[in-house]
Parts: sequence; C-alpha cells; structure tokens
Amino acid sequence: MSELRDLYQEVLLDHSKRPRNFGVLEDADHQAVGHNPLCGDKVVVYLRMEGDRIADIRFHGQGCAVSQASASMMTESVKGKTRAEAEMLFERFHELLTGTGSDASEASELGKLAIFAGVRKYPVRVKCATLAWHTLRAALEQKMETVSTE
Amino acid sequence: MSPAADPLRSPTPSRPFDVGRVREDFPALWQYVNGKPLIYMDNAATTQKPRSVLEAIRRFYEQDCSNVHRGVHTLSQRATEAYERAREIVRRFLNARSEEEIIFVRGTTEAINLVAHSFGRLRVRAGDEILISAMEHHSNIVPWQILCEATGARLRVAPITEDGELLVEDVERLLNARTRLVAITHLSNALGTITPAREIIRLAHERGIPVLLDGAQAVAHLKVDVQELECDFYAFSGHKLYGPTGIGVLYGKAEWLDAMPPYQGGGDMISSVTFEKTTYNRLPYKFEAGTPHIAGAIGLAAAIEYVTALGLEAIAAHERNLLIYATEAVSSIPGLRVIGTARQKASILSFTLEGVHPHDIGTILDHEGIAIRAGHHCAQPVMERFGVPATARVSFALYNTREEVDALVAALQKVREIFGL
Repeated sequence: MSELRDLYQEVLLDHSKRPRNFGVLEDADHQAVGHNPLCGDKVVVYLRMEGDRIADIRFHGQGCAVSQASASMMTESVKGKTRAEAEMLFERFHELLTGTGSDASEASELGKLAIFAGVRKYPVRVKCATLAWHTLRAALEQKMETVSTE
Repeated sequence: MSPAADPLRSPTPSRPFDVGRVREDFPALWQYVNGKPLIYMDNAATTQKPRSVLEAIRRFYEQDCSNVHRGVHTLSQRATEAYERAREIVRRFLNARSEEEIIFVRGTTEAINLVAHSFGRLRVRAGDEILISAMEHHSNIVPWQILCEATGARLRVAPITEDGELLVEDVERLLNARTRLVAITHLSNALGTITPAREIIRLAHERGIPVLLDGAQAVAHLKVDVQELECDFYAFSGHKLYGPTGIGVLYGKAEWLDAMPPYQGGGDMISSVTFEKTTYNRLPYKFEAGTPHIAGAIGLAAAIEYVTALGLEAIAAHERNLLIYATEAVSSIPGLRVIGTARQKASILSFTLEGVHPHDIGTILDHEGIAIRAGHHCAQPVMERFGVPATARVSFALYNTREEVDALVAALQKVREIFGL
C-alpha cells in the first residue's frame, strides 16, 4: 500500500481531480497535441510566448491520474520560464522518472514535481507522466502535428 | 468411428469440473506478484499454458526436432506425423469435413489477412462491399480497409446496440447485391458479446454471400462446429486457447480455398517449380509457404486435447457461473459501469469506474497481484461507440475462481479508497 501511496500522493490526486490551467488558451501562439495510443491519453498544450518566455500556458485533455496531474503541475512549473529553463526542467524531470539523475539536483530544481519519483517503480507509467512534457516541447518547437509517446 | 464414441464430440464431460484440480496444471499460476498470489484475469489477451502443452513442445524439440514434409529420415517422419496429427486434432475440434480445410497460420490476424488478400483477389472489385460489425477487433477491420483501398471496394459497418448486441436485422439491412463477404466476430473481445452468427450466416447464404467468423475469443469459451455454423471461414489463435503464441488456424471451406490464389509463395506450397511455370501444391499446403511453426502446431494440439478432455461445455458452464457472480459482485460498487450488457455473453467483463481512469485501476490491481487489461482492447471504434476512452477488462478462463472474484472486488474497493471516492 505504501508504494501505491508513493505513486498516488495527495498532491497528484488533487491535481488530477482539479487540474490547474485547464482549458483552451484563446490567445495562444503555440500549441501541440500529445497522444499516447497505447492507453488513449491525450493532452493539448497551449502557449503564449513573450519573446523567449512562456507568458501563459494552458492544457486540456483526458487520461489517467498520472498524465493529467503531470500536465497540471507542469503548467504551474513552467509558467514564466524561458525555453531553456523549461527544457532543463524537463530533463531533470525525466531523470527523476528514470532514476538517472542525482537526488540532490532533483530536489532543489524540481520542487513539487519531485512527488513523481513514485512513478519510477512503475516503468510502464513513465510515458503517462512525460506525455505533457513531450507535448510542451513540441509546442515550443511549434510543431503542429500530433506527438506520440509510441 | 461413430459420432457418439468420439470423445471430442462427447456431449457431456467425463467428470465434474474441479477448478482446484485444473489450477494444478498451470505452473504460471503458482506464483506471487507484488507479494500476493497471482490472480490472472487477462485471459482475453492470452491464456496461461497447462503443463501438457509445455511438455509437448519440449518433447518435440528434445526428441523429434526436424523439418516436415521432406526428409526421408526418421526424425523428419516423426515431425511430419506429429504436425499432421495436430491438423487432424484441429479438424475434429472444429468438426471440419476434411484436414485440407485446416490451414496453419501465425494467428487470427494472419488468418484474416490471408482471406482478405486471397479471397479479395478472387472476388472483390471496385464498388463491391465488405460488411463487418461495429464491435470488431482491429484485426478484423484493418485488413478489409487495406483490401478496400487496393480495390476500390467499400467497407460497411453494421451498428451495435447500447447493450453491445449485434442485431440480425441490422446486418440484414446492409446485405445487398454488392456484398462480397461478411466478416464478424463470434465473441467480442471488448464486450464479451456472443454474436448471432448462425442466423447471420443463414441470411448471408440466402444471398450467396460467404461469411468469415473471427473466433479468436470464441474458441476457448464456446463449442465451435463449423459444419453446424456453416461458416465459410473461421479464424482463431492458439495462444488464447491455452496453446503457444505464433500458431493459429484458418478454417476455410475447401471449395473456397481451392478457388483462391495462394497468399504467400515459397517452399512447401508448390508441386513443381521451373522458371517458366510453377504448379501449386494441393490443399492445405498451397497456403502454408515456408517451414511452418511445427512446435506451435504440436503445442496447439496438446491444448485442444487438454480442453476437450475437460469438456468445452463444462468449461463454459464454469465460466458462465463466474461471469454472473462477478457481474453481480461489481455492480454493488458505486460508480462502476459495465460496458457490454448483451444477453448472450461469455468470459468478459469490461467496465469503467467513475473518477478513476482504467490505467490507474490496472496499476492498483497489479499491486494486489491481479492482472487485468486496461485500454481500448484494440477496438477503438467500440470505445468510441460507448463514449469512453478506455475500459478496464476482466476476462475469465477455466482456472479462475470465485475467491479470485472476491479479491477483485476488494481490490476495486481499494482503488476507490486511494482515489478518495
């Protein structure tokens, strides 16, 4: 049960039930669609850029608790950040999920995102947690096509 | 041999069904997953294998390993005998008229692709129609789409009801002078619906239209008699019938198979080859190019012998009781919606739980040692029909028990607890 609680922490469940920055961003200038065909998870990420900075971000979509919470928490983490900072955060986040980074750098840089460490024990769920981030990257690169985690 | 004396066609099982005893035959069931005894309820994806199947495969590789249909040496003769004996066992299992109607393939998918390709070349032209249903597995959709794209034919889809039933009149309405083939599932993998195959075949035949049944799910749960069904083609996989992966069967009426061009060219499927002209081998070899999956066929035969010894009726009755018990038990869980409530069902219980995505259900159940499937079950149009992105699917086999269903219900309560429902 404790391992499950590590995965399904209160913060994660809260974000999956009440996602932040949820909905269409009317004045978006970048957007991308992310899709995990294996489980049907879908995320659309909208950005409004001011120069190199993410001035505003919203998402909508549907999927499991992990994918929806990850998208919600991602929007909170990257709002106001530059492209490079957002990229760096994704790298740290990915290292956290795959267990390849050092714990110290993760804790300091990831903040609340560190709760996703529980996903590490569930390798098949890593894609759920990274879907929104891959979609963010595509939106930053202004790819209009659907990205897929497969 | 008179029909009554044939054990494969015996109407009653020789002994009462004892689930505790059959579980001993499946080594994979004797393990712990995440510290809990494994409860395997993903049988629609693949079944576990009884020891007799594992031993048959091992015996072939240890003692008889050789190629078939060519060597004069002893091992090759043994391999050929075992392979052809497997074909005869499949023939009896399906009650086909002749062994030449039994084609060994990789699985249901390849069987359907074979028909789409060869029957398509024989019969399907621009403007013709192929009729399927709205609850087909992708493997009974995509081969027909490919055929339609290549020929200019049109794919028609018979709708299903809110309960997940395929109504005979909805199929009948779509049959017309351009319909070249009807291809439907015998038992839906996503919903558990048993389709009215016999009636559909009768209606199609009245109009001279042949029918293919996708029996991937059906063969392990229903007694299949291709002569009684009168189907023109029947496709199934070994691995959903307690046999190995990589082996499956296409049954086809000899008159169709004779008329159809070969699917693949190569060794074994020819009588003679010159650079000017090649003469194809007789049935069933015309459709078995290359070295077949000999060990797979032998393993499949052992699996068929295993289930027929237990009795398909006895297995079906056991599974029916489990399905009724489980359907009642999960219905008491708040927010749980069963997807697929047809009157005629077998083995499969697909559901959603309000506020929890099926994937999260799958992860939490796995933590309890319970293996189920979460997703679209390779039937995305079915998910769309019911307005859900995915379902959680429990699928029973002959070795599942009521105690396992009780554990499933307890685990689903735990899912609700974790999600604060």
